[in-house]
Amino acid sequence: MKSAVRWLMPHPFLTLILAVVWTLLQNDISAGMVVFGLILGILIPWGTAAWWPDQPQDFRLGKMVSYATIVLWDILVANVQVAWIVLTRSNESLRPAWVVIPLDLREPEAITILAGTITLTPGTVSADLSSEGHSLLVHALDCPDPDAVRDEIKDRYERRLKEIFL
Amino acid sequence: MMWELIGIYVAIISLIIGAIFTMVGAIGMLKLDNPMSRLHAPTKVGTVGIGALLLASMIHSWVTADGSFNELLIMAFLFVTAPISANFIAKVYLHTNEDKTLPKPPRDDTWSTLNVPAADRDLIED
Repeated sequence: MKSAVRWLMPHPFLTLILAVVWTLLQNDISAGMVVFGLILGILIPWGTAAWWPDQPQDFRLGKMVSYATIVLWDILVANVQVAWIVLTRSNESLRPAWVVIPLDLREPEAITILAGTITLTPGTVSADLSSEGHSLLVHALDCPDPDAVRDEIKDRYERRLKEIFL
Repeated sequence: MMWELIGIYVAIISLIIGAIFTMVGAIGMLKLDNPMSRLHAPTKVGTVGIGALLLASMIHSWVTADGSFNELLIMAFLFVTAPISANFIAKVYLHTNEDKTLPKPPRDDTWSTLNVPAADRDLIED
């Protein structure tokens, strides 16, 4: 039974997302649309399985939800902060700086989420990964103390991502 | 009737917030002087600006018509793609500028954007 499910849905989470996206696209929640979305969600991962060789590793959905909430809140705060900096500070008083973040995460998915989070949150944009993927290059808009920014990102986001991806 | 009025006022407020944030993003692009700093204004301010505009559109459609979920999808795709375009612009900056302040990565040789295989070095010389 379990292997039949695995065969039908090699990426169960992708199946769910495709079904939800299809239903949202139709703008109409009816049983027919949900079923058709599920059919698409099964056919598309099955048809493209050759390009998705790895099984996704397990992650904790509950912690993912709380992480997303924190990030959404930070995005709101970050927007107000950056808007304030743009409107009130002169270019000379800004101190842009590069920050290097040594990564403890190894999974590509987790590093991608961390880089995306950094770009969307207060005054930082992730720019590059080191050649072997051990550190992340981040640009900060106004940063008198790069070490404090590094510690905050490691403590606020990376620690939580480590708990999500086991 | 009452709810319709409240909904329309909330939609108006979201439209104004969205317009302000989008304008601040544009001002930031013009005002900031260094290419990497300029990247900050549109990537962040843009997401909340467009988010608020989409929220207004969603509230309006719920109040006056059948309602619409499409805006949620636009928002989700925007949040996924905005960091990627920002990352591409940052990579172009790293390629085209020799930034003296760029730190070395602590554990690896170089940054992956600058990591050109020996066979391709002569391609980027000219």
